[in-house]
Amino acid sequence: MLEIRNISTYYGHVQALKNVSLEVCEGEIVSIIGANGAGKSTLLNSISAVVPPRSGQIFFNGAEITRLSVEAVVGMGICQVPERRQVFSELTVYDNLLLGAYLRLSGGGSRAEAQKDMENIFELFPILRERSKQPAGTLSGGEQQMLAIGRGMMARPKILLLDEPSLGLAPLLVREIFRALHQLRGQGMTIMLVEQDARAALGLADRAYVMETGRIELSGSSESLMSNEKVKQAYLGRLDRHPKRKGAGR
Amino acid sequence: MKLSATENRWKSLRMPAIALALIAVILYLGAQKNFGPVQYAQFIADGLRGGAIYAMIAMGFVIVYNVTGVINFAQGAFVMLGAMLAVTFHEMEMPFSPALRLIVSVILSIAATTLIGVLVERLTIHPARFSSPLTLIIITVGVFITIQGLALLVWGPDAHIFPSFTTLEMADKVFRVNGVVIKAQGFWIWGITAIVLIWLAFFFEKTLLGKAMRACAVNQRAARLVGIRFDRMSLLAFAMASALGAISGIIIAPLLRPSFDIGLNLGLKGFVAAIIGGLVNPVGAVLGGLMLGLLENISAGVTKAGMRDIYAYSLLILTLLFRPQGLLGAKKTAVETGGESRA
Ligand SMILES: Nc1ncnc2c1ncn2[C@@H]1O[C@H](COP(=O)(O)OP(=O)(O)OP(=O)(O)O)[C@@H](O)[C@H]1O
Ligand SMILES: [Mg+2]
Repeated sequence: MLEIRNISTYYGHVQALKNVSLEVCEGEIVSIIGANGAGKSTLLNSISAVVPPRSGQIFFNGAEITRLSVEAVVGMGICQVPERRQVFSELTVYDNLLLGAYLRLSGGGSRAEAQKDMENIFELFPILRERSKQPAGTLSGGEQQMLAIGRGMMARPKILLLDEPSLGLAPLLVREIFRALHQLRGQGMTIMLVEQDARAALGLADRAYVMETGRIELSGSSESLMSNEKVKQAYLGRLDRHPKRKGAGR
Repeated sequence: MKLSATENRWKSLRMPAIALALIAVILYLGAQKNFGPVQYAQFIADGLRGGAIYAMIAMGFVIVYNVTGVINFAQGAFVMLGAMLAVTFHEMEMPFSPALRLIVSVILSIAATTLIGVLVERLTIHPARFSSPLTLIIITVGVFITIQGLALLVWGPDAHIFPSFTTLEMADKVFRVNGVVIKAQGFWIWGITAIVLIWLAFFFEKTLLGKAMRACAVNQRAARLVGIRFDRMSLLAFAMASALGAISGIIIAPLLRPSFDIGLNLGLKGFVAAIIGGLVNPVGAVLGGLMLGLLENISAGVTKAGMRDIYAYSLLILTLLFRPQGLLGAKKTAVETGGESRA
């Protein structure tokens, strides 16, 4: 469904992605794990055309999307839920969700349908219904993350790119978010999930890629990565050494 | 920073204290000139009339600033163009009744000014959209000077005449209420300003497009990630601002004999109003405009008429020095919000 071939992305002279290739098939949840600064967000932003790659190609359902604008990529059905949520803090929760469907609505789509989609999101995240008239900036971090995911869903994406949905959230909330992602997966949603919480990510994903300093270092099914010694040491080990946190989280 | 209780109390009392002191000074100076309630009522009426114009010009600043992070100093040029183009269209031969001729020239002027606003965005702001806000602001200053220079070539240095809306002649109908003189044009100004502001509030609160523009203001990247085309919103902001500028120029034209150079002062006053209101807040812009109108009329009234502008610009400097977030208490300073919306 989404195929990335050898992309390299730069910030000025700094190369943040080095010949990255990967693939996401329809209905799959694919996770990208890696440490701070590995280039995970850059990868998503290259797909979304926020930071277009300097070389390489990106294909979506067979069509090349490498040179499209940010808006056009969204129009293709590729929707990114950015890092640190980035909700429209001064607009209400309702308006945030409505704007998620902006492309459809401004193209003549019906509000009634958007309303229906919103009902589904309220079912996924009931707290959002209660808060729907509140400015998004007044929500807690976890609620904002739910809103950001909901806003992404409102676009009826074919694939959802999630950038660290667990960032800065208490374990209980991380669990709530991942429960929702499980539910989306049940509905057949294709998801590319960037995470630092490798354990949670591998628990959810079908396959995963491990990134280090701009490169894909490892890839494989979640099970195989979970039992991989290198992954255990570098990404899962830390949690094992904090049994308390782990206990509270799961 | 920790504040002691007394310091805190002083902080919360500072604004009312300054306001009271100001009123005391005004009343003292007024008493020396033997001013009674009638004079003050007159200053207030005139102040609210000028203030409504400033409010509308300030809204133009706020809309462009909110969406693009640019302080558009060409706004004053749009005000001038609105007035001068209305004059020119009105002088043309038209097979219409005088009232219809006025209406047609007003509509043509708003349309032409909006078109110019759109061209300004496409030709000067859009190509430089990746530059720093400061560069963009300087570009708008250049645009202002260019438009004013062209206006001098087209219209010459003379003052022109635009009829008042009620009488369709130069001389306006005048109402006298207990000795206070109010020109009929004042009611047009208040009415049109109110309608425009209500429409804007509706637009930004209730319509998808209005919400999309606000989303750009809050977080440009996130807005693009839901498919909002930022460049179109920027264009729309300039279109709306230039239309607002044109309307302000037209409704004040009967009162001031427009010439090619009215844009500087009116534009800057609108800027002062926007700054007083906190720059990001439409309601603040309106209150800022009315405050500015009242303050300059009353303080010039009790001292000297020629001092109006000095009071207005002193208020600007004082606001920027001591309350850069605006007198009407917005949360962030203008500079902070600007950085965020362009991030
Ligand atoms: N706007 C930018 N300008 C310059 N360099 C950048 C920019 N954004 C990211 N980088 C650099 O690119 C590299 C990859 O950053 P990126 O944000 O993609 O990492 P990440 O894997 O998402 O990290 P994190 O887990 O902390 O979010 C880092 O070295 C970072 O310093
Ligand atoms: Mg990141």
